[in-house]
Amino acid sequence: MSDSSSPAGTRWIWNIFWLLLVVTGVEVALGIIKPTFLLFPLAGTSILNLIFIGLTLVKAAYIVQYFMHLKYETQSLRMAIYLPALVLIPYLTFILLYEGVEVYGY
Amino acid sequence: MAQPAATESWSGGNEPMKAEYGKLMMWFFLVSDALTFTGFLTAYGFMRFGHEATWPIAEDVFTHFPGIEGDQPLLYVAFMTFVLIMSSVTMVIAVNAGHQLKKTAVAWWMIATIVGGLIFVGSQAWEWYHFIIGDKGGIELADGRVLKVAEAQTGEVLSLSQLVDGEAGHASNHLEKFGSGEVKTAFEANEGLVLQSPGKGHAQLTRAESLRLIQNAQVVQGANMKHNEYGQGQFANFFFFITGFHGFHVFSGVIFNIIIFYNVLLGTYERRKSYQMVEKVGLYWHFVDLVWVFVFTFFYLV
Repeated sequence: MSDSSSPAGTRWIWNIFWLLLVVTGVEVALGIIKPTFLLFPLAGTSILNLIFIGLTLVKAAYIVQYFMHLKYETQSLRMAIYLPALVLIPYLTFILLYEGVEVYGY
Repeated sequence: MAQPAATESWSGGNEPMKAEYGKLMMWFFLVSDALTFTGFLTAYGFMRFGHEATWPIAEDVFTHFPGIEGDQPLLYVAFMTFVLIMSSVTMVIAVNAGHQLKKTAVAWWMIATIVGGLIFVGSQAWEWYHFIIGDKGGIELADGRVLKVAEAQTGEVLSLSQLVDGEAGHASNHLEKFGSGEVKTAFEANEGLVLQSPGKGHAQLTRAESLRLIQNAQVVQGANMKHNEYGQGQFANFFFFITGFHGFHVFSGVIFNIIIFYNVLLGTYERRKSYQMVEKVGLYWHFVDLVWVFVFTFFYLV
């Protein structure tokens, strides 16, 4: 079975739990404090928002790779899941955000 | 196993991805569901990027925490996130116990997951309730813009209750309703007040402009699909739709978990010597958590 390669015991699960919790805690703390030096504009948004997006992707990666076990599946299954998501989602995001600014005009 | 001849490849029974049929289909369903949520969240971004000035800032909208007075931005939604992550963890442990065919452990960890899911759905109901009855109240101008009453000097937003009742007023209105007439009279009487945009930068109108526009304005309290006191109209629609669609996923996930839990108790998977079904609902459950991670960021944080 494909699950034979996943780590034994439940310790790894709690490690990931703590990681997700700490990352969420950092996000909430930054969201409440909103340090002014992080509000510097960059790439159409602010450094703070880019940090939020980066941390979100870290959390998403851990959930998909370990909780959903995708890391231990065959390569063909991994690619069948990752490729559509990783190509289409950024593509649609780019188009719609770009057009949102264009359509309503700044 | 020896490589089957070409004709045998078509007779079924192969697992090229080494995953059982049902699990594979769950994965493909989740990819399509991920793209659906992408559509919603990017549409949200599209509207928001176009209406930055009047788009409400989430931390001005979701400020309540049960049992704590005053503004607590992000705290409640952080609690909800914690609950969902926690229930994801209990689900992984249940799947893990399933691999070792430990029936009792699977049952207990699934109960924990179901309880976590119910707490989350309940929290969402609480948040919807507060969103719908409203907080500080707003002024909807004749052209459809929704603005807030604020001190010209400090930019501090006053609730309608504070505006009408002065010192005796509450920072949030909740169930108290105010008429357009009394709000206008109170606004005209206080020289220090202007109308302020709820969006990024909190741009203010001048006192003269505010006085002119408030003549044909309406008071809005709370939110529905047509009007909301928080700002740009689509904000409430997106809130209802995205968190509602996600909440429905959580709700159906709880139902799936209960069905599978019942089968665990009946010993169905014990007899099959495989807890694959727990793994499949587990995938769905983690996906719900995954979507929430993104909703949390793009609806509440950014």
